[in-house]
Formats: sequence, C-alpha cells, structure tokens
Amino acid sequence: MILDSKIPAGPLAEKWTKHKFTSKLVNPANKRKYEVIVVGTGLAGASAAASLAELGYNVKAFCFQDSPRRAHSIAAQGGINAAKNYQNDGDSVYRLFYDTIKGGDYRAREANVYRLAEVSVNIIDQCVAQGVPFAREYGGLLANRSFGGAQVSRTFYARGQTGQQLLLGAYSALSRQVANGKVKLYPRTEMMDVVTVDGHAQGIVTRNLITGAIETHAAHAVLLCTGGYGNVFFLSTNAMGSNVTAAWRAHKKGAHFANPCYTQIHPTCIPVSGDHQSKLTLMSESLRNDGRVWVPKTVAMAEKLRKGEIRPRDIQEEDRDYYLERKYPSFGNLVPRDVASRNAKYVCDEGRGVNETGEAVFLDFRDAINRDSEATIRARYGNLFDMYQQITGENPYQTPMKIYPAVHYTMGGLWVDYNLMTSVPGLYALGEANFSDHGANRLGASALMQGLADGYFVIPYTLGDYLAGLGTKPVDTNHPEFEKAVKGVKDKISKLLGIKGTKSVDYFHKKLGKIMWNDCGMARTAEGLTRAKAEIKALRAEFWKDVKVLGENEELNQSLEKAHRVADFLELGELMVDDALNRNESCGGHFREEYQTPEGEALRDDENFAYVAAWKYQGDEQEELLEKEPLVFENVKLTQRSYK
Amino acid sequence: MKLTLKVWRQKNNADKGGFVSYPLDGISTDMSFLEMLDVLNEELTEKGEDPVHFDHDCREGICGMCSLYINGKPHGPQQTTTCQLHMRSFNDGDTITIEPWRAAAFPVVKDLVVDRSAFDRIIQSGGYVSVNTGGVPDANEIPIPKTIADEAFDAATCIGCGACVAACKNASAMLFTSAKISQLAMLPQGKVERKARAEKMIAQMDAEGFGACTNTGACSAECPKGISLTNIARMNREYFSAVLSSENV
Ligand SMILES: Cc1cc2nc3c(=O)[nH]c(=O)nc-3n(C[C@H](O)[C@H](O)[C@H](O)COP(=O)(O)OP(=O)(O)OC[C@H]3O[C@@H](n4cnc5c(N)ncnc54)[C@H](O)[C@@H]3O)c2cc1C
Ligand code: SF4
Ligand code: FES
Repeated sequence: MILDSKIPAGPLAEKWTKHKFTSKLVNPANKRKYEVIVVGTGLAGASAAASLAELGYNVKAFCFQDSPRRAHSIAAQGGINAAKNYQNDGDSVYRLFYDTIKGGDYRAREANVYRLAEVSVNIIDQCVAQGVPFAREYGGLLANRSFGGAQVSRTFYARGQTGQQLLLGAYSALSRQVANGKVKLYPRTEMMDVVTVDGHAQGIVTRNLITGAIETHAAHAVLLCTGGYGNVFFLSTNAMGSNVTAAWRAHKKGAHFANPCYTQIHPTCIPVSGDHQSKLTLMSESLRNDGRVWVPKTVAMAEKLRKGEIRPRDIQEEDRDYYLERKYPSFGNLVPRDVASRNAKYVCDEGRGVNETGEAVFLDFRDAINRDSEATIRARYGNLFDMYQQITGENPYQTPMKIYPAVHYTMGGLWVDYNLMTSVPGLYALGEANFSDHGANRLGASALMQGLADGYFVIPYTLGDYLAGLGTKPVDTNHPEFEKAVKGVKDKISKLLGIKGTKSVDYFHKKLGKIMWNDCGMARTAEGLTRAKAEIKALRAEFWKDVKVLGENEELNQSLEKAHRVADFLELGELMVDDALNRNESCGGHFREEYQTPEGEALRDDENFAYVAAWKYQGDEQEELLEKEPLVFENVKLTQRSYK
Repeated sequence: MKLTLKVWRQKNNADKGGFVSYPLDGISTDMSFLEMLDVLNEELTEKGEDPVHFDHDCREGICGMCSLYINGKPHGPQQTTTCQLHMRSFNDGDTITIEPWRAAAFPVVKDLVVDRSAFDRIIQSGGYVSVNTGGVPDANEIPIPKTIADEAFDAATCIGCGACVAACKNASAMLFTSAKISQLAMLPQGKVERKARAEKMIAQMDAEGFGACTNTGACSAECPKGISLTNIARMNREYFSAVLSSENV
C-alpha cells in the first residue's frame, strides 16, 4: 500500500480553504443518525467531542481518569502559540508556519503545519469566549510572551497554568453537551481494542475500571485522542497514567505508526533525586526568558559544589560558564529544546554537573531579580517557584534552580493523512497521539495549539466528509468482529493474571525505562540501539513469564491496568529502537552520534531521509514493515538549523 | 525514616472496611507521599497482598486526582495536594493515618479511592458559557480590566479535588461550586447567564447530597489552591439576586 497523505493541490495558503469547500457535508437532519466515539478527553478529545456534539452528532467520550477534566493536558504550564500579531512585532501565519517547519528540523508536512498556523488565531478567540482567563495587560487586552526559541511574542498564557485553563474551557464545552444529551461520558473506562469490520473502524472494546466489565461500543467513526507515549521511559514529565495502549492496539489493527523515535527531551526539569522517583517535574521553559543557564567553568569547581564545600553564590562571574549564551549568541538561553538539552548533557558528561548525581545545571534568576525586582519575578513565575521549593526544599529566589533534561513529549504517533485519518478508514488520531505537525522536534507552546486545532477546527470538517460518504446505516455491535475482539481482550487479561510470577509490573517498567533512556534517549548510536533491541526482547520475554499481577479482573485493579500498559510499552520500545536505527541521520530530537557537524550539531541527510517513517505491524514477534511517505518542500528551503 | 501506616482498607463499596497497620522502613525525606505509598505497594505485592488503591495521575498538584485524608487533614499537614506533600514534613517514627475522603456524596469505590462524579454533574448543570465552536468575536474585542481578569483567574484555579468537602463537617461543596460561579460571573463572557447558572448549579449541588454551609471556613483553610471564601459570599449574592427575579429552576 502507498500511504496517501491526501494533501490538497494548490498554493499553500489556499489549500485548507479549498479543501473545506470541496469536502462533502452531512445534511443537518442526518447528523443525529451518526455515532462517533472519542477516546480521550484532553485538549484534543474534549474539543473534538464538544464541537462534534454541537454539530449534532451523537458522541461517546471515554477517559481512564475519574473525570474528563483530569486529562494530562491539565498539566501544561507555559502557554499556547497563535499568530495573532497583537504585539506588532512581525508575526504572521507564515512566520509561525516557517518557525514550526524549521523548529521541526524539516521533518513535518508543509500543508499540515500551514493549516495549524492558520487556525491558531481562531483558537484564542474560542477560548476567550468560553471564559478562559488568559493573562492581560493593564489596558485590558491580552498579554503575550516569547517562548521556547521564538523571536516574536506570540504565546498566550494563564500564569503557569495554561493547560489547566484551556482544558477547563474545553471541559466546560463538553459538560454543556453532556447536559444537552449529545455526549455520553464514560470515565474510569479504558479502551482495550479497536474493532474493524471490512477494514473500517466501527467501534471499540473497553474495560470498566471499577467493575472490570468488558464492553463493546459501536460507531461510524472512532477518534483516538489518547495523548503521547513518553512514559515508555518510565521517568518522564507525563502523568502517571499516560500510556500508548489505545494507539498501540490500533496499530496492531492496521494503523501505521509514524516516526516513533522522535521524542522530545525537555531541558528544564527538576533533576532525579533517587531510585524511588516515580515521575519528573517540568519547570516551564518560560523560565528561560529570565533565568540564565550556567555551570562552573572547571571540573574542579563543580566537584567542590557537589561536595557542598562551596555554594553557587560563592562562584564569581568569571568562573561561570553561561554556555548557551557563549555558544549561541543570538538565541542564548532561548535555543530550541533539543539544543538546550543536548548541551546540558555535554557539560554534565564533562564532569561539570552541579548536584550530587552530577546530572544538573543551574538556572539562575539572580540577574533578573536585580533588574526587575523579586515582586516582578514572583508575579511571572510564583507558582513555579513554589512548586520547585515544595519538591526540592530549596528557595529559588535565593539560590539558583537546578535543572536537567527529561523526556517530555513524543512527536511520533499514529500516522494520519491531511484529514487526520489513520491508515484504517474511519479511525482518526488527534493531538499528541498523532505524528502530524511537529516533525522531529516540537516548539514550545505548540502542542496545546495543535490539540485544540485538531479538535475544534479540523476534525469537524474532515470527519463530515468521511461520514457523508458512508451513508447513515447504523453500525451493528452484533457483528462477529466485536465478539472476536472481546475474546482477545479477555484472553489477554486471563493470561496476565495467570502468570503469577515473582516481579512486579513496576520492576519491568523501570527496567525498560533505563534501557530506553540510556540507548534511545538524548544521544543514540547504532551500537547502543542494537544492544537495546536485544535487551528489550529479552525483557519482554521475561515479563510474560515472570510478572506478578495480583487480584482479579472483576474489581478496581490498578496492577492489572498498569500491566496492560507496560506490556504495550515493551512492544513499542522495540519499534522506537528500530526506527532510530533506520534513521541514519540526526534531526531534531533524534540525535545519532555518528551524524553530527564538526561543532556537534545535528547533521541531517535530506537526500536520503526527508521522509516520514511509517511502520506497519506484521504480527506478534515479527519485524515491522517500513513504508515511507516522502516529504515534499515547495515553499521553504531546507537549511542547516543555526541558532548561533 | 521508619514509619507506621494505619491505612483504610475497603474491598469495594459494599464492604464495611477498616484500618490495617503496616510498618514501613527505609523511607527517604526526599520522597513524595505517594512515592512512599509506592514503596508500600511494592512490598505488599512482593508478599502477595493486594496493594493499597489510591487515586493519582499528574503528581504535579494540578489534575486534582489525588486525595487522601492524612492524620485528620485532607491532603495532609501542608496546604498542598497529597502528591506535592513530601516526607520531609514527617518525622522518623511517626504513625500516619490515611483515610479516604468521607462524604455521603463521595462514595468509597475501593480503599482510598472515592467517586467524585458529583462534581462533574454540578459543572454540567451550568458551569459554562453557552458558546459553540466558531463564530465568536476576536479575542481582543472585549477588554477586561487586569484586576478582574486576575480575580477570575484565582477562582478558576480550583482543581476539583474535593478537599473542601472532606474538610467540612457538613460535607458542603460550596467552595468548589462558588469558585466556578464566581469566575464566570466576573467575566463579561459569563455575565449573560449568571443568574440561571447560579440557580442551577446550587440546585444540583443540593441534589447530590452535599451539606449546608455554616461558615466555619475549614474548606478554604485546607484548599490546596487557596480558593478564597469571598467566592462563597459572591455566590450567595448571585443566588439571592437570581431567585428574586427567577424564572428558572
Ligand atoms: C508537564 C507538561 C507541560 C506541558 N506544557 C506545555 C505547554 O506549555 N505548551 C504546550 O503547547 N504543550 C505543553 N505540553 C504538552 C501538552 O500538554 C500535551 O502534548 C497535550 O496536552 C496533549 O493533549 P492530548 O489531548 O493530545 O492528550 P492528553 O491530554 O494526554 O489526553 C489523553 C486522554 O486520553 C485518555 N486515554 C489515554 N489512553 C486511554 C485509553 N486506553 N482508554 C481511554 N482513555 C484513554 C486519557 O484519559 C486522557 O483523557 C506539556 C506537557 C507536559 C507533560
Ligand atoms: S475549592 Fe479547593 S479544595 Fe475544593 S475542589 Fe477546588 S481546589 Fe479542591
Ligand atoms: S496527582 Fe494530580 S494533583 Fe495530585
């Protein structure tokens, strides 16, 4: 099969308008005859479910938390981009498009990214109309800041809680449709499988997390808005429950998985403090607007710091190495995430790390406080500073923060065409769950934008086109495919509960995380990846022989929930390694040590790797099949990214 | 650190439940409270005993999923969420009592997990601005004074955890409900529907079986987000002005 991205013809700026016009419409009276399943209630899912219900479709919305409001999107801190150009500083739809393509290291589709930039302006209008309390200036208009490597101020924010406020806006729109009877909510319900009939997605199988009941739901289309898979690394900034299960099971039912190796390591997280660590906490990178990143110039001085013989404040200006400002004079502390992360790793590998483990650098607010006053800094970042103090016991107004990179976001995901449809007809993927818009590296404040763009402004048009072609015939839960899928799920549960091995699920998860972090993390080599592949295979075999899952299916059973998720991570991890091995170049978040410029920057190979790597599942324990979607650049010129 | 945990165990909603004591050793002060429970659960799993079930997700103090009534206080001794509470707030040798939220409107599901869907139903009864996707004015069309935007933001930071209910001797949900009513009543976007909203949300709150408010202020004192009591006063004003002119409810 050739993957058809279905990018509309015509000039870049007109593609989306034309496409909306040529898409088929569903007659308003017929909309209520369609059932749509939305799995996930984060920004992508909640906005999609609410918007589709408003149009008249019957929607069922699922999430594993106890309330849709708790989806992982709630944790996003820094902000959301939009090409409003309210600041008159030279922003435009084209500039946001260009920055996103360049930031993604030329590994995203032009047409998708342009559409994203185009609808970004509508998102802000929509959220304000819902009552989202964005930050404002004294004149009463919306405030903006520059964020994550952008040279214009296009980021809208709500203190350090932007994701929370945006999600509560989408959740309120969703709640309104629940009250209207157009959305039926299924919280504490986990999707276990997609059901396809004659190659089309027609429903899902779920597990009620409280009773263990395995149930089926039929629909004309299924939307997966199930977030990213960063937890394959065990330690990440993702919420504990974030998982790949929905996407992975869809993959096994025929949906291609694209660019799985593209993971984003975020430069500003609180460093690991010990083996007990269960997750890593992000310190929003908006902090890099005012904080200066540094380590001591010499290893000897770093050693004294680590031993506690001197304090950071004792180190004189001339003994500090503000390495980002030094190496990248024009972007300084605001270089993109991948560049900032890698450089933190380099200085720590040199032995200049500043905490006991040697894996931390300073983020210092001293100069900003002297310049703007403590009160100003408190107003900007108060809640982040409080959170830092709560977790570390140190006061960042008085001593520099310690930070280190951590896994944060996954650019890879289910392959989708321009309509957000996966390679399984009727099955869509939105938000972080798809691979579509960020190429090999995502810019800060662009995930919230993408999730809401997909849900509010893209899927309402593209889904209609598919449904209109489908006809209104009801789908049938009695089709044998449903029964087959239910049996598959039940068998898997019995198998997991039946192993009665000796090691807990977390044991395997932590081990997998270490393999991934060491060999498929910030820097990768063919040798390390080959080793990782063998180790993952062995760990997976051990899991299925020796995992210990207590309790039974017919109750709230958190070990069983985790076991399902970790089983899928153990398969995904191997595919990530395959993908990283295949991509013999460095681009964005994917850094292969063999491919770098003399200055140590990522060295792309556009001639051989300007494609989307879409992997097709071939069966248990079989190597997956690689299919390539070539990336065609008609508007931007591919250059070496330079932030000097 | 060495601790003794007295944990509420309850197999399901029908079960009567009771406390079980667990000794625990080797706890570091850098651990979060939930990481300490992770250690307990790994030990229980090792021994073949059912791990203690508790709700959690973000572990960053923002999703509102974690709960736990710790030594007689929702979210424990500090004014933060349980996931942000660290073991440095406790001493070696302490006995720590851990219970679920106790409220008729929050039935226990298992162990420390409760059902808070009543909160969702309160929001569904009117906690929104009735706008559809698309066709809205430009975001800068309606200026909002910064002070009002900030105040609305303060109310909007409620994470829906339910600690206010757990802290209240009447299990009242006034603080939670008033935070949403206040946020939307202050903003021009929410003003249009403010009366109907106040009436419907309060009616739903009563229907869910939450108790009355007797102004003791325990809710706000225990709220991890510091949601202020002035929201309750504002909600009462909204409500009384609404019922005086009401055609709703
Ligand atoms: C700490 C942090 C800070 C961030 N800050 C920013 C920022 O400032 N700006 C920015 O643009 N981006 C930010 N991001 C990234 C951004 O938050 C996410 O990429 C985005 O919110 C993902 O939204 P989503 O709707 O795709 O998925 P999510 O919000 O992750 O939602 C997933 C949903 O799927 C459900 N689900 C998953 N699996 C199943 C299943 N099997 N069955 C049923 N339901 C399931 C979950 O219950 C949930 O409702 C941040 C991320 C993190 C981790
Ligand atoms: S008002 Fe405070 S305590 Fe109550 S639900 Fe909201 S955040 Fe939790
Ligand atoms: S786990 Fe999210 S607030 Fe505690």
